Amino acid sequence: MATHTLDFERPLLELERQIEEMKRVAGEAVADVSKELAPLEKKLAELRVEIYKRLTPMQRVQVARHPKRPYTLDYIKTMCTDFVELHGDRLFRDDPAIVGGWSRLDGMSVMVIGHQKGRDTKENLRRNFGMAHPEGYRKALRLMHLAEKFRAPVITLVDTPGAYPGLGAEERGQAEAIARNLVEMATLRVPIITVVIGEGGSGGALAVGLADRVLMLENSVYSVISPEGCAAILWKDASQRERAADALKITAQDLVALGVVDEIIAEPAGGAHADPDAAAAAVGEVVRRHTRQLRALKIEKLLRRREEKYLSMGALNEK
Amino acid sequence: MARMAWFKKERKPRTAERAKLEIPADAWEKCDECGHIDIKDRFVRALNVCPNCGHHRRISAQEYIDLLVDEGSWHELDGTLRSADPLNFESYRDRLEAAVRKAGPLEALRSGYARLDGMAIDLAVMDFSFMGGSMGSVVGEKLARLTRRSVEKRIGLVVVSASGGARMQEGVLSLMQMAKTSVEVARLRAARVPFISILTNPTTGGVSASYAMQGDVILAEPGAVIGFAGPRVIKQTIGQDLPEGFQTAEFLLEHGMVDAVVPRSELRDTTAQLLRHMAGRQPAEAAD
Ligand SMILES: [Zn+2]
Repeated sequence: MATHTLDFERPLLELERQIEEMKRVAGEAVADVSKELAPLEKKLAELRVEIYKRLTPMQRVQVARHPKRPYTLDYIKTMCTDFVELHGDRLFRDDPAIVGGWSRLDGMSVMVIGHQKGRDTKENLRRNFGMAHPEGYRKALRLMHLAEKFRAPVITLVDTPGAYPGLGAEERGQAEAIARNLVEMATLRVPIITVVIGEGGSGGALAVGLADRVLMLENSVYSVISPEGCAAILWKDASQRERAADALKITAQDLVALGVVDEIIAEPAGGAHADPDAAAAAVGEVVRRHTRQLRALKIEKLLRRREEKYLSMGALNEK
Repeated sequence: MARMAWFKKERKPRTAERAKLEIPADAWEKCDECGHIDIKDRFVRALNVCPNCGHHRRISAQEYIDLLVDEGSWHELDGTLRSADPLNFESYRDRLEAAVRKAGPLEALRSGYARLDGMAIDLAVMDFSFMGGSMGSVVGEKLARLTRRSVEKRIGLVVVSASGGARMQEGVLSLMQMAKTSVEVARLRAARVPFISILTNPTTGGVSASYAMQGDVILAEPGAVIGFAGPRVIKQTIGQDLPEGFQTAEFLLEHGMVDAVVPRSELRDTTAQLLRHMAGRQPAEAAD
């Protein structure tokens, strides 16, 4: 726990240190100090809940980007069985920034697709920090069509800073790849469920996130632009990111209020990184419920509702 | 550099000519690309394309409407839609008001119906001078409504894009306009109604990553910058200058991302020709 401590978690670190020190001093006789330990441990748990309840939008961004936060493959491993990863867009190459494949949820075959960040520098270079190239979105679409062919629901997990802004990405049609996914997902004839598990970075997130149900983990964020990028453009000062994070309305609560997100999935105390298995269990439970509900709908009704969902989004005044 | 030399050589006689003919100073215009100076009227008659180097200057939505539709046939739709400022985003209302004062139209996209060579069309044109042509709720809604009209009336859709991307002052709701417009384009596809997308300088971000790149046929004006990420962002990411001509219309043509690069002077005829093909009509000469 000593590594990757976020600044607002520092009071927790203090208590943790005290508890550890007490245990160390007690040594073999740790049972003798249990009376003294109990209130400290209780206080620690309460403080953790308290701190996480009051996170500012920018602090949630920090949690969403936490290097120990569970990623797509962690969720698949815990909430699904029988996973077979499928690779490649059949056009250019395999993009490791997006993973996907057949899997099982409650014994039923589903197609799971998600952005994949790396756990260390080496893996992050390979996975490009979860920032996909066009071939990543094209692989995702290929797998969605495969799911459609065999009538399996599609589950997408969103966790990306955004679509990669580089030379190769532009040459191979980053805009076209995202645009194609959107128009194809609008009419994909199987249920689509999206869970934002970390960073929902703009078009790169939406490219796999046009869905019948959009869910968000409690400390994940979803935004049209990063707080840093917004601050740099509007106020020519990236250090104004707190101000931008507040203004952009990027938390799960904000997005439910705006009608973009259907449900918030609660995270374990201290965030998903504090207990990845509990986080995956929570995601699994909610996704299973929505999958059951959507499977029960006739396909025409499902598609009509998907259309209506997106056609109603926006805020305008009409004279 | 050769152009500069030419420019220096030419300047003197032109100044003399100007003094002699007593043409007022504001009657002259200079090309931002090559420095060519000419009588304003020559730029205007060339549809704001430089008579010397062919550089396509930015023109307003109204000028595209005038260029593309039969005279007197334009009927504007949803012209009074305004943003509701859903996030109560600081100084957004002021920016909107300033944009209206500067650009004229009430939003970054104008939509309506008209005739082109006598054919009924639905037309949307974006205006870059209105907050960089950014897409918020109003742009998304107007485009969605127009597309729905195209489906219902089975009228070909023409969209002229010019945009820096999503309007961040409307947060994720502006991002969702990409999804909203895509839903309508999907319906248009299913109804087999033709959709011609015309990309002008610049077309990037959320607009390029949605309807602008979803046309049955995608045309681009010469030299237009087209891409997902803007050149500045890419430069920052890769830490080096971009290759010459990167993300231009010609670059996209070479990489298979657009169907044709069409000079402004031919946009009208090419659009009409394509619509006739896709609507099963005879060529223009045989039409009457
Ligand atoms: Zn010129």
